[in-house]
Amino acid sequence: MTGDTATATVAGTPVAARAAGAGAFRRKLPGRVVLLLVFGFLYLPIAVLVMLSFNDSGLPTAWSGFSTRWYSALLGNSDILHAAWNTLVVAIFATLVSTILGTLLALGMETRRRKSNGLEALAFAPMVIPDIVLAVALLTFFSRLGLTMGLHTIIVSHVVFDLAFVCSVVRARLKNFDFSIVEASRDLGASGWTTFWRVTFPVLLPSIVAGALLAFTLSVDEFIIAFFTAGAGRSSITLPMQIYSMIRFGITPEVNALATIVMGVSATALLISQWLNKEQVR
Amino acid sequence: MSFNATRPNLLAAPGVAWLATFMVVPCLLVLSYAFFQRGVWGGIEYTFTLENFARVADPLYAKIFLNSARIALTTTAIAILIAYPAAYAISRAPRMRQPILLFFAVLPFWSNYLIRTYAWMVLLNREGLINNMLRSFGYTGEPLSLLYTEAAVITGLVYNYLPFVILAIYSTLSRLNPELMEASRDLGAGPVRTFFRVTLPLSLPGVAAGGVFVFVLSIGNFVTPALLGGGRFQMVGNLVYDQFLTANDWPFGAALGAALIVTMIVLLFVQARATARASGESREAQA
Repeated sequence: MTGDTATATVAGTPVAARAAGAGAFRRKLPGRVVLLLVFGFLYLPIAVLVMLSFNDSGLPTAWSGFSTRWYSALLGNSDILHAAWNTLVVAIFATLVSTILGTLLALGMETRRRKSNGLEALAFAPMVIPDIVLAVALLTFFSRLGLTMGLHTIIVSHVVFDLAFVCSVVRARLKNFDFSIVEASRDLGASGWTTFWRVTFPVLLPSIVAGALLAFTLSVDEFIIAFFTAGAGRSSITLPMQIYSMIRFGITPEVNALATIVMGVSATALLISQWLNKEQVR
Repeated sequence: MSFNATRPNLLAAPGVAWLATFMVVPCLLVLSYAFFQRGVWGGIEYTFTLENFARVADPLYAKIFLNSARIALTTTAIAILIAYPAAYAISRAPRMRQPILLFFAVLPFWSNYLIRTYAWMVLLNREGLINNMLRSFGYTGEPLSLLYTEAAVITGLVYNYLPFVILAIYSTLSRLNPELMEASRDLGAGPVRTFFRVTLPLSLPGVAAGGVFVFVLSIGNFVTPALLGGGRFQMVGNLVYDQFLTANDWPFGAALGAALIVTMIVLLFVQARATARASGESREAQA
């Protein structure tokens, strides 16, 4: 930041501007190299996986031509289709419940007169508690109650962390929310209910959708908690559980295709979520 | 939405009730199991005991604890060493570009953990990409066994948690007052000295916060050691997994889980105290 302002003041003459430009380039170079390396590290393994999913032989040894046969193989695999369906059911219900509860929690927390440390900790905890701890806690809880575990217990468990993330996204929006327009609406005679639906809700909507998309992605990708709360048997297996059992003992070409689809869906949802979040800041 | 006193509590109530029922109560329940005995057939016998906690300190398990702490610590150190320059570079990029760079740095973190780990199985395999590349560069020896090593486990953990550390460090760097760095430069310190004496110390809270989470998430991991370590490297997470799903010794598993949470709380507390003290000192220095 300091460098930019200095450049701006010196850049009175063309010569000075050119010298400053060269200096800026030299100053920016290390940063660019670092970013290139780190982004390479983050994205190359994923890129390799995506490319491999279109490799005819399915093996990482050699490129044997472009093919979508591994994608067709997925469509013929009833285990995977079943797991994909379960994942969708879990993610949709968990997203619906957590979006409503998370939004209400955000509204409650941001309209309070005084910040409550207990409430802050409660809403923060699900985002930082190690998955394995929450997973065994829920397994213990459900089995103590004598519940038969299945998709419903996965949904209930996913809502725990999903709602915390929805809450944090919506709260971020509420922090920049001008509450005087709510008061204006009330002063003009609108009821609390009308004010909510006509004033507050439209302003919050993009962040609510962004939070919902984040919750959906988290739920689709979540493995550990689902694994512990799915109960015995294959009937309530989800996609990450299916992937885990497939990759446990080595690499299989079908997983490459499946992984590409799952990551494509996640990335799309996250891009839309991010775009909605950005739109509303303007 | 008027600002009366009960409305906010009413709005928060359903979410609070859900978290209380399905997070607080289950965590307390599993914690209470740690104080009971394991039944003969694997169930719970409700007799008070501290034996499970004593077993955590048993040399056999203490060794696993220490070994996984070492792996987690190495992971944390490497992650910070890679994440810091990245976060610094993002914080120095033009303001308009920062959110986009940050978004793409964090994007992998939100996607499927298993798939990101699996990508490394593909790369490190004996028939994998890295061995293939070595061969195409003229390497003719035995393919390297890169998979199922401690290095593979650490690589996988670093890869998975790196975005999180970048985010944590960036968030403190972006909040630093640029005037402090300017003042340092005005007082004659060079860029290197300014970095080490001003920027770095002020950004340590972010480094510490990111570090604590990587450490705790790594030590409690069971997926990466199973996939990239081939089950040869036990972390505390694997122990917990075994107690609940194979050994059927829930009280001991509960004690291990409690040890994990206590480790995290202690580290976060230490980090918060150190941060508070550091910011107190810098305020004194400014005064």
